[in-house]
Amino acid sequence: MLTLAVSKGRIFEEALPLLAAAGVVPTVDPDKSRKLIIPTNREDVQLLIVRASDVPTYVEYGAADLGIAGKDALLEYGPEGLYEPLDLNIARCRLMTAAPVGGIASRRRLRVATKYVRTAQGYFARRGIQADIIKLYGSMELAPLVGLADCIVDLVDTGNTLRANGLEPRELIMEISSRLVVNKAAMKMKHRAVCAIVDLLGQAVARQGMHSE
Amino acid sequence: MSGRNAVSIADHMTRPSLHDDTWLLPEGIEEILPDDAARLERMRREVLDLFSTWGYRLVVTPLIEFMDSLLTGTGHDLDIKTFKLIDQVSGRLLGVRADMTPQVARIDARHSEEGVPSRMCYLGTVLHTLNDRLESSRSPMQVGAELYGHAGGASDLEVVALMLEMLAVAGISSVHLDLGHVGIYRSLAAAAGLDSITERELFEILQRKARPELGEWLTAAAVTPTVADQFAALIDLNGGVEVLAQARQRLAAGDGALHRALDELESIAHAVQRRFPSLPIHFDLAELRGYHYQTGVVFAAFVPGYGREIARGGRYDDIGRVFGHARPATGFSADLRVLARLGVQTPAGDDLQGTVFAPSVEDESLHSEIRSLRAAGRTVICELPGQAASPQAMGCTHRLESRAGAWQLTPVAEFDGPA
Repeated sequence: MLTLAVSKGRIFEEALPLLAAAGVVPTVDPDKSRKLIIPTNREDVQLLIVRASDVPTYVEYGAADLGIAGKDALLEYGPEGLYEPLDLNIARCRLMTAAPVGGIASRRRLRVATKYVRTAQGYFARRGIQADIIKLYGSMELAPLVGLADCIVDLVDTGNTLRANGLEPRELIMEISSRLVVNKAAMKMKHRAVCAIVDLLGQAVARQGMHSE
Repeated sequence: MSGRNAVSIADHMTRPSLHDDTWLLPEGIEEILPDDAARLERMRREVLDLFSTWGYRLVVTPLIEFMDSLLTGTGHDLDIKTFKLIDQVSGRLLGVRADMTPQVARIDARHSEEGVPSRMCYLGTVLHTLNDRLESSRSPMQVGAELYGHAGGASDLEVVALMLEMLAVAGISSVHLDLGHVGIYRSLAAAAGLDSITERELFEILQRKARPELGEWLTAAAVTPTVADQFAALIDLNGGVEVLAQARQRLAAGDGALHRALDELESIAHAVQRRFPSLPIHFDLAELRGYHYQTGVVFAAFVPGYGREIARGGRYDDIGRVFGHARPATGFSADLRVLARLGVQTPAGDDLQGTVFAPSVEDESLHSEIRSLRAAGRTVICELPGQAASPQAMGCTHRLESRAGAWQLTPVAEFDGPA
């Protein structure tokens, strides 16, 4: 049995065609079901529906053999403990800093609101900026408007939410896309089954890349 | 032995005076209650007895040492893991052991006799500054065995075989063996002439098998096409025994050291498979566990249901050099607590026989009976005057009763009294 952890929403939707190309089709729609373990057309493959930021945890512990996680979640989780053999090239967006239009008029130490604490710390440290990180779980755009922070670090897709709140994107931290992650023990003990899925997904990604060009 | 000494969660919750947290243990530090402690102790004895029958002699390493010698030859990773304090006597920095392997290597370098191979084993708690994510532990109970003074595959085979025996003794089945050789990566990295920062990036990419990032790295590092092909091959070289043939082909341009490493890997793989025909063996040439001090074959054991290796080891021939005496070395280690948790143990004799309850009576014949039961290995608990707790509550299955002037063992009724 192979178990694949994936989060609902955009990543799941964009992963569906790739999974289908790899011969894995969920038999239950997670949006219409409360089930968190989703069977597929293949008896030996099931999906776990988890929060995006929890995918690396499930996979490192071996609770799932495979997972689909945004690079943002993987950066925040830390590099050790997982294999990341494939860039699925889906759920693309950018991890950026953003600040109120017109600049950061701050004379004190930079205050940054984000849910990506570790990533933000590393980013500002590499640029030689001492920053105080304020951990928030959502609605990051609000923080600069109410004086909680000078800027934010968040995923930017269209930039509409930023603009609607008087913010503008500033520096690009990293291009983000979803990765296939693999548990280390599963890679060794279920090598054939894991590699078969990795290869099929890899081919599907390559085909999709050609179509979109 | 289920139930004895077990305290339910509900019990804990209703205990008074939990409003202060003086009972709370630091993160990653645990206490082990009697049932688990008995299991752990039995496994400790069985494992050390096994090592002893193979000629591996126990050494007890210091709990605390000068940092300089603790970190010798092991690099940065261990430094971060080590709890440090200042020695009031010497003014020097002390560290609490975070890994016993380098300590045992020093013992060998200082005390071994030239030309005589030495076999040593060790078992003890080590302390880590950072919590291990998978185990939520900062105090694993490290157990291991090391073989010094022989540079061939035969000693690697011996320690792999001993590791597998240890897992069998611990009651762990369905073991998978993972084999690699750090010499392959070393040779490729040396041939590529990388500076230390670029090399660390590559190392980190390989540890994650991050193929897409390897592509970017190869472009940025501007290595020759041959080297690029070889690194790209390395990240894919994992799987069954076919990997060895693929490696010969895809790494054909490698130097002598690389091919020697492949020869060594191939010969140990065949030897292990001959000795353990049903053991699944997996090869991973980019697996660089312990890379900073390993020099040759590396291996690890995996079992279903656990997200990473449960025992690991390999060859490390250079570590003694800094202590003035480099000898070839190979060995393995594991966390006994993990083994105890994953292993299925058959109940020991004294558990099957059950504990005996002796009444509080001053009688020489009773004391003599108790002495002889204890001499035979039975556990006998004496009633304390005025105690209200029943024999069952104390985990006793039998009681001593006086019948017709003689003390006799009778079973206690099973279902009266608290479970």
